[in-house]
Amino acid sequence: MKNSLELAQNVRRTALQMVHQANASHIGGALSMTDLLAVLYTEILKVDHAAPKWADRDRFILSKGHSVASLYATLAWQGFFPLEQLQNYGKDNSLFMTHVSHKIPGVDFSTGSLGHGLPFGLGRALAAQRKKLAWRTFVMLSDGELDEGSNWEAILLAPHLHLDNLIAIVDYNKIQSLGSVADVLPLDSLADKFKAFHWAVREIDGHDHAQIRAALSSVPWEPSKPSCLIAHTVKGKGVDFMENQLRWHYSSPNAEQLQNALSQIS
Amino acid sequence: MRTAFINELIVQARIHPEIFLVVADLGYSVVEPFAAEFPDRYLNAGIAEQNSTGLAAGLAAEGYHVFTYSIANFPTFRCAEQIRNDVAYHQLPVTVVSVGGGVSYGSLGYSHHAVQDYAALRTFPHMTIAAPGDPAEAKSCVDYLVKNPGPSYLRLGKAGEPNFHADALPGLTPGLFCPAIQETGKTARKIFLTTGATLGLALEAAKELGPEWSVRSLPLWSETVKEDIRKQIASLDTVVIVEEHLSAGGFASYVREAIGNDTALQGRIYSVALDARVCGLVGSQKFLRKEGGLTVDHLLQVTRNVSPK
Repeated sequence: MKNSLELAQNVRRTALQMVHQANASHIGGALSMTDLLAVLYTEILKVDHAAPKWADRDRFILSKGHSVASLYATLAWQGFFPLEQLQNYGKDNSLFMTHVSHKIPGVDFSTGSLGHGLPFGLGRALAAQRKKLAWRTFVMLSDGELDEGSNWEAILLAPHLHLDNLIAIVDYNKIQSLGSVADVLPLDSLADKFKAFHWAVREIDGHDHAQIRAALSSVPWEPSKPSCLIAHTVKGKGVDFMENQLRWHYSSPNAEQLQNALSQIS
Repeated sequence: MRTAFINELIVQARIHPEIFLVVADLGYSVVEPFAAEFPDRYLNAGIAEQNSTGLAAGLAAEGYHVFTYSIANFPTFRCAEQIRNDVAYHQLPVTVVSVGGGVSYGSLGYSHHAVQDYAALRTFPHMTIAAPGDPAEAKSCVDYLVKNPGPSYLRLGKAGEPNFHADALPGLTPGLFCPAIQETGKTARKIFLTTGATLGLALEAAKELGPEWSVRSLPLWSETVKEDIRKQIASLDTVVIVEEHLSAGGFASYVREAIGNDTALQGRIYSVALDARVCGLVGSQKFLRKEGGLTVDHLLQVTRNVSPK
């Protein structure tokens, strides 16, 4: 699928159906990053659905592994595996665990515990730099995840190593596990923090495909610096009763709620 | 042992371009020759063990065999989840190297006493534990780990330990005891079984006891070779396990798990490990071993309690 808007719509619908069927959690964060994924997988990432392990592919690491429903849906719609397989999401003896799994075609790294993706991605970016290879490493982080100190170890090191092939994307939906980011542990000014650590930083509306495209198609933004895209997003984006509601970090839509949600996205 | 380790790593790195060394700002007067010879395969990641281990996994995912190096508990407990999830679960070739196993860094205090490391790391999937007892074993462990890259933990003492094995030890195999130390009874059915830096201690005790006793060491072990352990125990009358680790969850616990519910074999096992009272005590390694019950006298006392066969 080449059209990012169409892909985003399909991914939202599929992700909603997946979490409903599996009675799974985390639909809010899956919907907040859907537009980012849609642009990444249609226009930015050099990946090949027919050869998921292609050596020269760009690496994509989902550090906020709990939001995997929209990544699995994206990969399925992009042809990495048949859509029907998503019916196994969260089911007994399924490879499709409800945190991202490297056993799924197109997935490079399993996460679930937060704060692991960026250090791992830094290592991959360092490997590419040392081997003089052109592929890039993209890491999708949540905002709440930035409470984890391991991220800041990597944020400190990456500019020192001049890893301009490393791109961190923060899905800044402003809500974490037990409340708003502002109440639990404020990040402001997140852009200033990354800049102080010597990253190149841009802030965009994480649901505006043109802005996402413009930002990610022009990395690295500054020579020898890693890039951090702070994408301001809405948790539960696209479903009115899910938007900005903490509850949808946990709840799974029942049949009636699913139909309501799907009707809003069609 | 750390000298044997770095020398062997340098030798191996000349042959294996995939070897990469990541240090967390430790290794003064140890790692410099590696850094000088292989600058493209060396990184000081700063005092940041979680990131060091995570990025090591990332490097390993791209074809490197990464050795992470630090002291005591820093490369293990500080980043246990990175080892568990990023390295072991993904079956990536990362060897975590810790210098100062046991109570080697005695006077530096509890933070520097690595006495629970076997207990934690041996339970992670796909992990191989490498705990050499002398420089010869250290060299051979590195050779094995390079030839069999995977998630692994190399526990070293400090520097200056003597060689107890008279000969080099090519071809070490996980789960198989090393040949008996020459001075001890080669065919004895009563053995001290050691892993790590307790080899010398067991040797002293065995010399007191004469040819009925020998010393065997097991520097390489993992979950997958437990049946080999059981078979070797079954061919012996008495096995006194000696380890510089708390008794809870360590090497003797591992051997007992390997034997399972065979009560006859369980009855052949005796354990000498550190008593938990060493936690928080300060002093030299010798002092802490004594306080923890890891002495030649204690080993001899245990052998006197062995049931006659």
